[in-house]
This record gives sequence, C-alpha cells and structure tokens, in this order.
Amino acid sequence: MSANRIMRYNFGERVNHWISGLSYTYLLITGLAFWSPYMFWMVILVGGGPAARFWHPWVGLMFSASMLWMYNIWSRDMRATKEDMAWKDAFGQYIRNEDDQLPPAGRFNWGQKQFFWVMLYAMLGLLISGVGLWFVDYIPWNLRYLRYASVLVHVVCALISIGAFIIHVYMGTAMVRGGFTSIIRGEVTSDWAKLHHRLWYEKMTGGTAASSRK
Amino acid sequence: MGQATLEVQRISGHAGAAPGAGTQRDLKVCKLIDVTTCIGCKACEVACLEWNGLPIRETVFDNTYQTMPDTTWDFWNLIKFNEHTTDDGNFMWLMRKDQCMHCAEPGCLVACPADGAIVQYANGIVDFQQEKCIGCGYCISGCPFNIPKFNSATKKVFKCTLCSDRVGQGLEPACIKTCPTGCLHFGTKEDMTMLAESRAKQLRDVSGFKNAGVYDPQGVGGTHVIYVLHDTTKPEAYGGLPADPSIPWSVKLWKSPLKWLGNLAMVGGIIGVTLHYLRFGPKVVEEHTAGAKGDRP
Repeated sequence: MSANRIMRYNFGERVNHWISGLSYTYLLITGLAFWSPYMFWMVILVGGGPAARFWHPWVGLMFSASMLWMYNIWSRDMRATKEDMAWKDAFGQYIRNEDDQLPPAGRFNWGQKQFFWVMLYAMLGLLISGVGLWFVDYIPWNLRYLRYASVLVHVVCALISIGAFIIHVYMGTAMVRGGFTSIIRGEVTSDWAKLHHRLWYEKMTGGTAASSRK
Repeated sequence: MGQATLEVQRISGHAGAAPGAGTQRDLKVCKLIDVTTCIGCKACEVACLEWNGLPIRETVFDNTYQTMPDTTWDFWNLIKFNEHTTDDGNFMWLMRKDQCMHCAEPGCLVACPADGAIVQYANGIVDFQQEKCIGCGYCISGCPFNIPKFNSATKKVFKCTLCSDRVGQGLEPACIKTCPTGCLHFGTKEDMTMLAESRAKQLRDVSGFKNAGVYDPQGVGGTHVIYVLHDTTKPEAYGGLPADPSIPWSVKLWKSPLKWLGNLAMVGGIIGVTLHYLRFGPKVVEEHTAGAKGDRP
C-alpha cells in the first residue's frame, strides 16, 4: 500500500460484498422474470424457466446467509450516530455534490447505513415469505392466508430492495468515483477518505486531517 | 370446438336457404354435479385415474369414507364425505365430488408467471401445460378452491383437465361417462344451468329442501363445473366448498395496482439516477498530495 492509500475494505468484506451483490443480481434477474410476462424472456439468460425457478430459492438462501455474515461484520459500523444526524440534515448538499460543505461522516455515511438496513430488513421479509412460496404446498388450507401474505410480502420487499439497489449501483459505479475500485481492491486514497469519510480517516490515521497531511 | 368453424353458411346449386345456416352453437361446456343424487360409489374417481393413466394407489384412512383427505397431484377427482346434522336434528350424508371448478376467471391463470403454462380454452376448460410449467406454485396460491397440486419429483403442477382431450374429440369427460346414478351431466353451460335450475326447483317444491339451489359462484365469473346443492346457503358443509370464492386479495393486489406501481417505480428510479448524473455529475476527489505515484503534477 502506498503512503497515501488506506485499506477501506479487507479481503473478507470484499468477498462478502460480492457474494451478496452477485447473488442479489441473480435473484433480481430471475425475480423480475417471474414478476412480469414482459420480462419473462430474461430466464433465457439463466437457463430457462424451470432452472430459474429451481435455483432462485437456493441462491436466495445464499444471499440471506451472506447478508447475515455482513450483519455480523458491519452492524457495529452501521449504527446511526449523532454525526449522522447532522449529515442527514445536510443531505441536499450531498445530492448536489457540495461535499466540502457536508458535516464529516464516519466509516459509513447516513445514506450507506440506510441502504444496509433497508437491504437487511428486505432480506428478512424476502426470506420468510420466500420459504412460504417455496413450500406453498405444505401450508395447510386452513392457514391459506399465509400463502396469500407470502405473495404480497415477497413482492413488496423485493420492490423496496430494488429501489435501494438501483441507487446503490448508480452511486457505487457512476456517481461516487473511487467507490467501485474500493470494493474491488479494498483501497482508497487519503484525499478520498478525507472528503467522504473524514471521521473514519482521522480514526484510521490517528490524527486530524491537517496533521496527517504530508 | 373445432367443428364450430365447419358450420354450413352457403351451399352451391341449392334451392333455398342452406339448412342450418346461421345456427349459433354454444361453445361453453359445463359439468353439472347433482350432489343430491350422488351415492358415493367413487366410480368417477376410478374412471378419472383410468382415463388419465394415473396409478391406483393406497387409500389414506382418516375415519371417513373418503379415499384420502384431499386431492393430490395424481388424484384429481375426490368424493368428499360429510356427516351433517340438519336444523331439525336429522342426519344427512353430504357427498360432493371435488375437482377443478374451471373458473371463468381462474385465479391460477392470473397468478401464473410462465408463458403459456395455463390456458383457458374457448369452451371454458382451464388446462395446465406441464411442458411450459416452471414449478413456481403461484397457481396454488391463486386458486380459491385448493385444487392445483405440486409434484415434487417433476416440479410440475397438476389438476383435473375436465378431460380436455376427450371433450376436444366430442366425448364427455370420463367421470360423466361412468357415473351410474346420473348425478353427473355434461353439456353446454346454458343447458346445464337450465337443468340444474329445474332440478333445484324440484328439490324445493317436491322434496322439501327449501334452500336447494345451484352453485355457480359469480366471484370467479361463474364456473364450468356447477353443483346442485340441498342447501346453497351452507356450501361449506360440503367439505369446505367456499361460500363466495374469488381470486385471493393479495394476488389481485399483486397483479394489478402493485405491478404497475412497481414498474413505474423501477423505471422512475433508473430515469431518476440518470437525470441526477446529467444534472450533477460524478463526485470526483481532487488529489492534493504531491509526489506519490499516479498523482497529477
């Protein structure tokens, strides 16, 4: 690591992120195919309808397990802090790319934390309702409202997660330059860390932004 | 169904109008089950297995005369036996042949995401095409009668076809063919409805069943299997026949408003982030540190 680079995501975190991201992408493609006849053609990409239906729940379990792993390693960093509230109030400036005027953020900013919790709770909803859909024939007729609820909960949680996912992919690839390479190679530059996650940067370098400048 | 297009319109060299020209044929078929004349012989169960090439299997005893508690993926036709005490304290044995109702508005078809896996023919028969089925089981959630059953070995769903293969060849379904009491009838929807109504009237006027009537639930647009019941006010007494079946609320919610709201939200999200990029562009960090590899001068 060169002097002005900081390790932001260690190897385990990157592996965890990409198991989650790639399994979610598979679930998104197959799920959208089941969602609308106009997107059913997408099952061609993953081997046809029966194959998509066979693997969707298993990949769903993989995604769920990966998210629980992520919860295990990141939940501490994802809890909202006092600093986040100040950052949240200045959210409009973040949208307008006026980052130098934003209150400093920790390892994750308020928006990233929101994304984490939205995906975690969506995963729980999808997992529980998904088991209901997977084993629908085992739900007895007198508990049929569970069949009906599973359909609805799965759809609603999926839509919420898709909304969050669109924003996440946009920000991670196009909007926040340096973010995509950080989740692949793990490193960010000092200036990147100072601008986007000043509190975390100071904690990592053990000093203030000014004193750590070369 | 196919013969309908071969009705004579004009005849060459024929004096006068073509015989039969302009005849309207009712394409809609219907099975009528008069539960009041069912004796519970289960011949229809056997005929169904025989015609459809399904295995004869061990019965499941649950202290009733029923062959098994419920229909299964390879047992589509089941007489439900129900011991019933009437309001005046008498005992009645209600026997109802349970199978797919062939709804005019089928919940299974609405819920199914696989292209062409469930079809509704012009004659009203709702049929599963197993080669197109992906095995998701949404039809199981969509059915208000608990009819589609999953085969976990083949990952396909099966149910009564109303013998669409026989009906397509001008034959009646196998269960109708075998019924020894004449409790089962098959014909056009119009004819069967008239027959059912006249039988219900007979039950009301002659046999003392004041609430006798026809079960043709309008919540699913009517069905192509209709019942004559001793008491239409208590269909649940006949082994859980729903009083007012309709496509489940969550399936309706999912397939119309949620689908379009969701599509709108997804497209809106993609347009939104694109517009954001065009308006504000990326967040680029200027690198101030001098001397390190890759820094600008």
